[in-house]
Amino acid sequence: MKILVGIKRVVDYNVRVRVLSDGSGVDTDGVKMSVNPFDEIALEEALRIREAGNAEEVIVISAGGDECQQQLRTGLAMGADRAIQIQTSEALQPLSTARAFLKIIEREEPGLVILGKQAIDDDNCQTGQMLAGLWNRPQATSVSVLELNGDSATVTREVDAGLETIEVDLPAVLTVDLRLNVPRFVKLPDIMKAKRKPLDVVSLDELGVAIEGNLEIGHHAPPPQREKGIMVEDAAQLVAELKNRGLI
Amino acid sequence: MSNILIIAEHDGESLSVSTAKCVSCAHAIGGNIDIVVIGSGIESISAEAAALESVSSVIAIDAEHLSAPLAANWANEVTAIAADYSHLLGPSSTLGKDLMPRIAAVIGVNQVSDIMAVNTPTSFKRPIYAGNAIIDVDTPSGTTVVATVRIASWKAAALTGSGAVEVRGASAKAVEHTRFVGLTSGGGERPDLQSAQRVVSGGRGVGSEENFKVIYALADKLGAGVGASRAAVDAGYVPNDMQVGQTGKIISPDLYMAFGISGAIQHLTGIKDAGTIVAINKDSESPIFEIADIGLVGDLFTVIAELEKLLA
Repeated sequence: MKILVGIKRVVDYNVRVRVLSDGSGVDTDGVKMSVNPFDEIALEEALRIREAGNAEEVIVISAGGDECQQQLRTGLAMGADRAIQIQTSEALQPLSTARAFLKIIEREEPGLVILGKQAIDDDNCQTGQMLAGLWNRPQATSVSVLELNGDSATVTREVDAGLETIEVDLPAVLTVDLRLNVPRFVKLPDIMKAKRKPLDVVSLDELGVAIEGNLEIGHHAPPPQREKGIMVEDAAQLVAELKNRGLI
Repeated sequence: MSNILIIAEHDGESLSVSTAKCVSCAHAIGGNIDIVVIGSGIESISAEAAALESVSSVIAIDAEHLSAPLAANWANEVTAIAADYSHLLGPSSTLGKDLMPRIAAVIGVNQVSDIMAVNTPTSFKRPIYAGNAIIDVDTPSGTTVVATVRIASWKAAALTGSGAVEVRGASAKAVEHTRFVGLTSGGGERPDLQSAQRVVSGGRGVGSEENFKVIYALADKLGAGVGASRAAVDAGYVPNDMQVGQTGKIISPDLYMAFGISGAIQHLTGIKDAGTIVAINKDSESPIFEIADIGLVGDLFTVIAELEKLLA
């Protein structure tokens, strides 16, 4: 079985993102870029499945300009066998990403496609579900436990009401949540080794995917600021303040 | 004029408040509002939906295989009736996040995630980067708007409606590739986090599952829901469904009390809509104090013990 893992290049989660003063976007100039943290968890899970002997190959894919090769190389250094860059100069929205991934699926015929449950830049939380819909295959989102049983998988999903367990036949699309695993650290020799692993580049055109139906992203505004609060000295003052505000 | 369909969220017994909040978003868009209730044995849930302010009709799709909210099954029912509507709205809960993008992809549109405000029927405001930027998003003209509604941004619609309920059978057969096994609920009898007026929350500073009892006790005294930071969930102090933040629940209680939570950006995202934020932390440099309305530097256990006495 092959496992396909989606990797997105995003602003590092430690960066406090700021809106540009003209409202045209956010300031990404000189900002540290990383693999979307949820995608690292997706890749870690795929690697563990391969290491347990339940998959032969782990392929990382990313859609973007050549700069996303950096994140694909990180994926290779973590242990993926090869990488595919879907080359596009435009930032793809989830529907186009899902359509492009579907083309790769048709070529590679993976048994599992594992993605992060959301990207921490646009917080859209869509691509995996869209891919499953277009592919007409099972989806399991927000997965925190995964157990493979041959041609199917039993997964636990983190849902608002608690933990939901479902069974999906393979091939399926999974999107992973934080508590599925803790991704491994990349070691220096692995970074060297990753440079020799195959990284194929294929353009959106070659895949026959046209970018259609994009949402128009307009003005960016900073979030409304809360008014500066007060400090109290002890519990008695806190209770008095809460009573004063009619909150208790 | 817009013709809006809201996909109802429920637990098989009653309608979730998230649906009433979607109705408020639909009011802001304007137009005809229908609600589709999908499930099995959903008569009373459908009646609840029909009672929401200015809902014209409720379509109840009742079939045994629809009792569990499997996205593949539910999406088939929605796409079967989607052509009649200009807008399809669902809550930005784990249900809506799972279901709506699948519907959007099959229809062939991008989805607008987490609507905070409506500019026009085809232009919306939504947060990105964990709420550090709010963007305007316009949908292409002539296409169906598929969107999730950010629950914390909307008030629940009133129960002043008297819509008609139409019961139908399923349009599609059950998918064979996905099977529901079960649901384990982590929470107890306390108020639901996303609708509670007061929430008491604990973080890594609470220190253990055992120590969390003082958080529960204070919450019970206040009639509050109980939340937690990711750190507390990761450490195993509390179950996942209590996590508040970018990847957990986004909540908007009147009162939010954070004990031993340092205030990572990802957590603050989840509480920005709270009326009053109270932070108790022994580290005066904690980022939580930057957004707290009332801050108290001190040992959380001492403070809770004193609060217990003062509130007795």
